Amino acid sequence: MSVAQETPTGPVLQKPTTVRQNGRWSGYRHLLMARMLELKREPEVVFWVFVFPLLLALGLGIAFRNKPEESIPVAIVAGRGSGEAQSLLARAPRPEPFKVQVLNAGEARKGFRLGKFDLVIEPNGNGGVEYWYDPARPESVLAKTQVNDALQAAGGRNDVIATNAVASSEPGSRYIDFLIPGLLGMNLMNSGMWGIGFALVDMRQRKLLKRFVGTPMRRGDFLLALASSRLILMIIEVGLLLAFGVIFFHMRVLGSIAAIAFIAGLGSLTFGGVGLLTASRAQKIESVSGLINLVMMPMWIFSGVFFSYERFPAVIQPLIKALPLTALNDALRASILEGTPLTHQWLRLMILVVWGGISFLLALRWFRWT
Amino acid sequence: MAVAIQCRDLRKTYDGKVEAVRGLNLEIHAGECFGLLGPNGAGKTTTIEILEGLLPPTSGHVSILGHTWQQNEREMREWLGISLQETRLSEKLTVRETIELFASFYREPRSSGEVLEQLQLTEKADSWVGKLSGGQRQRLAVATALVSNPKILFLDEPTTGLDPQSRRQLWDIIRAFQGDGGTVLLTTHYMDEAERLCDRLAIVDHGQVIAEGSPADLIERLGGHHVVEFALSSNGGASAPGILNETWRTLPSVESVRDEDGLVALSVKEPHLAIPALLGAVQKQGRALEHLTTRQASLEDVFVRLTGRHLREE
Repeated sequence: MSVAQETPTGPVLQKPTTVRQNGRWSGYRHLLMARMLELKREPEVVFWVFVFPLLLALGLGIAFRNKPEESIPVAIVAGRGSGEAQSLLARAPRPEPFKVQVLNAGEARKGFRLGKFDLVIEPNGNGGVEYWYDPARPESVLAKTQVNDALQAAGGRNDVIATNAVASSEPGSRYIDFLIPGLLGMNLMNSGMWGIGFALVDMRQRKLLKRFVGTPMRRGDFLLALASSRLILMIIEVGLLLAFGVIFFHMRVLGSIAAIAFIAGLGSLTFGGVGLLTASRAQKIESVSGLINLVMMPMWIFSGVFFSYERFPAVIQPLIKALPLTALNDALRASILEGTPLTHQWLRLMILVVWGGISFLLALRWFRWT
Repeated sequence: MAVAIQCRDLRKTYDGKVEAVRGLNLEIHAGECFGLLGPNGAGKTTTIEILEGLLPPTSGHVSILGHTWQQNEREMREWLGISLQETRLSEKLTVRETIELFASFYREPRSSGEVLEQLQLTEKADSWVGKLSGGQRQRLAVATALVSNPKILFLDEPTTGLDPQSRRQLWDIIRAFQGDGGTVLLTTHYMDEAERLCDRLAIVDHGQVIAEGSPADLIERLGGHHVVEFALSSNGGASAPGILNETWRTLPSVESVRDEDGLVALSVKEPHLAIPALLGAVQKQGRALEHLTTRQASLEDVFVRLTGRHLREE
């Protein structure tokens, strides 16, 4: 705030002298400036808004990176026929990367239970085998199929259809490509809800809101300044996370920057509106914290941040798609990963507008300044 | 004299149950320093916040410089400077930034440099608010009110919790504002503050004005001029305190008697008549004095006389 100071000459003036005239937007400008200064001076904000999402992306990106094909651990129960089974596996035409151990039945089962083996093969002594597998464990099901194919092929089975498999792990279809737009959406929700909802209740609890309405401050300017500060932060948040994805994970951004900025800005304002509604009455930061978490929880789970919501039952899919974070994540993914133009996303954008708009209108009705 | 603040039959009921203000009337003239004095929970803060237009009254009429909050709120805000009882200003803004922020809301504010200097905050101008002492914070709160160049200054318990030096500094600032023609309305539960600072005051209890006038006038009317306090030695089974108090009341020049656990306080107009009579009466009872002092009556005595309670009692 570097408004030129006109220092009064001489000692303390007896008569207060008016030295300046403020224009229409002076209050808005100062409110925005004060908000940005406060955020800048709050190290926690910098961490949670900017650094934390990057760490999350880095950690998850590494954990779920595309690994080279791993060997499949299987156990063969020692006994009659175990040697044959082992040599059959080794003789398979396309040598599958099996890691085979021969153990007695008890140890083999125990290892299987503990997840050390994906499959237990128990020869029945008559040239046949019995598979122990867990239908609920995808890797166990996979191991059963692969072992069976290998054994049958080694035993002389002929495939009737010629097949050819092509491996695909291009940028655009990897987990990190799915993850980064989801993190963007989640981060916009988090910072919108906390940045508006928490900040307002904090000011109300400190009686600062009441002090402000004791001045001629325009209340609309106050809310506008808060929203503006969110948009400024949004540009930095989105820019950082996308740049991070591009540089570290060679992510490809297909949509235009303007389209992505538009979606992110709309999402930011939507959650700002929801945050405002959450904060409209609460007197204590403890109660608003609970409320914010309550509102955000379903969206963390259902809105496809870390994994696709297609996994949930079909019945609740329409509900999931009506959530604002789902609409935001879908819109961001379509724009970033596929370059879908905004005109093809009007339904998602409408969902955001409706959530944000209704929240904002309700908040204006209910909002307590004191 | 022009009326700066007026309210008639002001009432405020919270949740339809708690009656914080019950029919309160005030008339504060332009250029005076008016105090609302009363214990915690008397309704002072509710009253001042209604006058400031921050709280709607349940019923009653308020006008500030002839305008009402319903008709002319935005304009009226330009005329007032407000310091609430407890506002925690943003800790991570500097003193100057905070004053500039408040100045930006007004059409024609004073320069922040001038206000900083007046409130002796120039040295701290670039410190964060979070680093200020209690007295400095309170001065900053008053600075955010004065930067608007107000006609009326509202101060809700401006010196509560401050050390004596900080209190005096604030008193000087308030007097200076008044000296420039400003009107001040303040609430306090400090007697000395009310006596020294206020031209007139209203004693408020249970949401009503129970006495009003200049400090000297109130003391004169209600406190007697002097207070004689004494205690009797506890020998002998003597008469019950009730009967004794009746004896004291009949002594010449005694206006009222208060007995607090054996410490008796007499409100006295003329001590040279009352004290010899008191000594005679004590002797007649066959008792001895354990303690005797006389002092000027204070607002505290007025308050106790009116309510039977001390101001600072909860």
